[in-house]
Amino acid sequence: MNGLTQYEMHEYDVVVIGAGGAGLRAAIEGATQGVRTAIVCKSLLGKAHTVMAEGGIAAALRNVWPEDSWQVHFRDTMRGGKMLNHWRMAQLHAQEAPDRVLELERWGALFDRTKDGRILQRDFGGHRYARLAHVGDRTGLEMIRTLQQHAVHLGIDVFMECTVNRLLKDGDRVTGAVAYWRQSGKFVVFKAPAVVLATGGIGKSYSITSNSWEYTGDGHAMALHAGADLIDMEFVQFHPTGMVWPPSVRGILVTEGVRGDGGTLRNKAGERFMFRYIPEFFRAETADNEAEADRWYEDKKNNRRTPDLLPRDEVARAINAEVKAGRGSPHGGVFLDICTRRAPDYIRRRLPSMYHQFKELAGVDITKEPMEVGPTCHYVMGGVRVDPDTTAAVGLSGLFAAGEVAGGMHGSNRLGGNSLSDLLVFGRRAGHYAAEHARAAKGTLSIDGRQVEAAVRDVMAPVERKTGENPYAIQKDLQEVMQSLVGIIRTESELKEAVVQIGRLEERAARVGVHGSLTYNPGWHLALDLQHLLAVSGAIALAALERKESRGGHTRDDHPGPDPHFGKVNVVVRMRDGQLQVTQEPLPAMPSELGTLFEEKK
Amino acid sequence: MTTAPSPTREVSMHIFRGDAEGGEFREYRVALEEGWVVLDVIHRIQGTQANDLAVRWNCKAGKCGSCSAEVNGKPRLMCMTRMDIFPEGEPITVAPLKTFPLVKDLVTDVSFNYEAARQIPAFRPRPPEADGTYRMMQEDIDRGQEFRKCIECFLCQNVCHVIRDHDDNKPQFFGPRFFVRLAELDMHPLDTLDRKELIRARAGIGLCNITKCCTEVCPEHIKITDNAIIPLKERVVDDHYDPVMWVLRKLGGK
Repeated sequence: MNGLTQYEMHEYDVVVIGAGGAGLRAAIEGATQGVRTAIVCKSLLGKAHTVMAEGGIAAALRNVWPEDSWQVHFRDTMRGGKMLNHWRMAQLHAQEAPDRVLELERWGALFDRTKDGRILQRDFGGHRYARLAHVGDRTGLEMIRTLQQHAVHLGIDVFMECTVNRLLKDGDRVTGAVAYWRQSGKFVVFKAPAVVLATGGIGKSYSITSNSWEYTGDGHAMALHAGADLIDMEFVQFHPTGMVWPPSVRGILVTEGVRGDGGTLRNKAGERFMFRYIPEFFRAETADNEAEADRWYEDKKNNRRTPDLLPRDEVARAINAEVKAGRGSPHGGVFLDICTRRAPDYIRRRLPSMYHQFKELAGVDITKEPMEVGPTCHYVMGGVRVDPDTTAAVGLSGLFAAGEVAGGMHGSNRLGGNSLSDLLVFGRRAGHYAAEHARAAKGTLSIDGRQVEAAVRDVMAPVERKTGENPYAIQKDLQEVMQSLVGIIRTESELKEAVVQIGRLEERAARVGVHGSLTYNPGWHLALDLQHLLAVSGAIALAALERKESRGGHTRDDHPGPDPHFGKVNVVVRMRDGQLQVTQEPLPAMPSELGTLFEEKK
Repeated sequence: MTTAPSPTREVSMHIFRGDAEGGEFREYRVALEEGWVVLDVIHRIQGTQANDLAVRWNCKAGKCGSCSAEVNGKPRLMCMTRMDIFPEGEPITVAPLKTFPLVKDLVTDVSFNYEAARQIPAFRPRPPEADGTYRMMQEDIDRGQEFRKCIECFLCQNVCHVIRDHDDNKPQFFGPRFFVRLAELDMHPLDTLDRKELIRARAGIGLCNITKCCTEVCPEHIKITDNAIIPLKERVVDDHYDPVMWVLRKLGGK
């Protein structure tokens, strides 16, 4: 780059980074409030990760179970997260989710119906009542299309295939962002008093994952660099049921709806092994024998729920243990069987994508034979520390975060179905408070040209190093490090080794080189995303070292049980002078009127 | 792993490399692994032989509709096309969608579709019931749900002769994907807006001559022609023309 960099400049009140459920909902709220709003996204509109969500949106609509309420949903969510959730986020989420679902219907969504014409709800792990509004097993598609169409009609500007690489700051205030067009490689500077991060997760740091190429932790890493706090990064959710065979499909999601609709897990001896893995914490509400579990499908009032529907962390660990003990399926998973309990027509109607996916990609007819499944990296509970009501990043002005990139809502483990509702509830809140912040912003916003120049220099560096390392090779090595050393089961020695290995990979990434032109060059884009992946991987490994206990999505072989001390703290990661720092900070205290919800049952 | 590994098979892939300035098919040789789909081969080439090979993809499970391409001349999702359907020993060609302007390699400029989407007037529901919610019977939304399975892969747009072979039709034709969208709104139990004039004049439904190419390529098996386009044509015709004249025209073979 010689002299002043050429770039387009766009000025908005609110710039939303990411066009999944949270980003779209935030932008809709901003535009509805009448502020100038833009969405910037890495893929085409409508292709974000939300489109892959299958099972449903958790909300206490009470259409199937009038006994349900926001209090029960709140309690399930907190218990699923092993009480590490930010209580206020869990409360707002449970209270507001029903309105957010009904709103989608007002915008054209067509959910599956009950016999009396209301929104049907299905069972899912950790939810006391059938609670998930859904459309077969393609709920995410319904949600993203509804939000996308609504956003388009509001006239929101969308910058598609445009990757934001860095946030711009003026002191402690975020003032905009630097991005590049993926199609042309040209630079874009956004100037805005309010920036909403809705960038999703980090799954591409693991080799077996249900996540797409986009999930490189961009928002997490940009927030870290801008000085925000990340909390709970040690908690990575391995969804218990990903496909395992053939290798090309390893990690692709198999919806929890299979179990919600009657599927059971079995080992190679045909045993329903989940009965051996019921933890004390959930013993009172879980069936301890097959006969009761089977009756539960038809009579939920007089029977306890099947252990197949324990929260995801419990089921993933159980599957992992069965496979390790040599009781797994031929390709290193376990069996998931729905054809024994349900008729082919029912399966094809309720789970059309699963039927199609197994038939086409694995040659398995799930109406006749069991599926082979195993854990796959699916979701990160950790993220940007935010004010629960406004989603404003703690310690910075003008930065907001919603959805997977935000931390706190799900504690140590997220319940299935609580992600789509999280996106809607906190996406709306992010848009609302970002718009309010923008309207209240005083004085002129200044963009620091030196920060822009520095970002441009860093983005262009790999292109100017034609002979450097292959970015794909570095990404693959990182994924193997994270999968083998920072996976489902962790120990201190392996985590320390991971930190060393990530350091070496950072050195290699600094020498990465890129071939070809600036036009739609995936190697270049990966070289840049790799920086974010490495930053979040480091944060995960350090946080995992710090939490010397096992809880939710974090299992330490060397500290196998929960520790009351760690039940009262969040692990916080922040960047100071280019170095990651880790501290323990007390959890916010839950008010006593909410605390009583946990007293009647253990 | 107890399954015996199958003997390694090397495949010759001819992939279009180039941009708006021009390009050519280039050969890449790749050792196949069990169960691979075309997108796996593309990723292996991208990771090891051509880091700059441009391709769109997201879910790799047939849910997002990003990885559309023409494989051996047939429009397909690369993530749902298994390599073992192709005869052994024969080269396989992968080309970008023909109907849209090329950006680079397998990536095309699909903004035509986003323009059409913007021009469709929004869903406008009737007022809710007293409790603030709606009642809809499952049988009344089955058809709408079929349409809403659309993953916007634009394969139907790509094969539609009206725009594939006649670029000049693009300004006056929305294409099958958006007839599906319009039919969905038209049959939505809550929607109150009449879009028939748009369907006739701006969306250009009359240009469709029902060759069903769109239906054949739909990876979601939406019956685009029978369930969306033909009912829309009938609706527009009923409304727009005198029925006696319409019958006479039909009998006269248009």
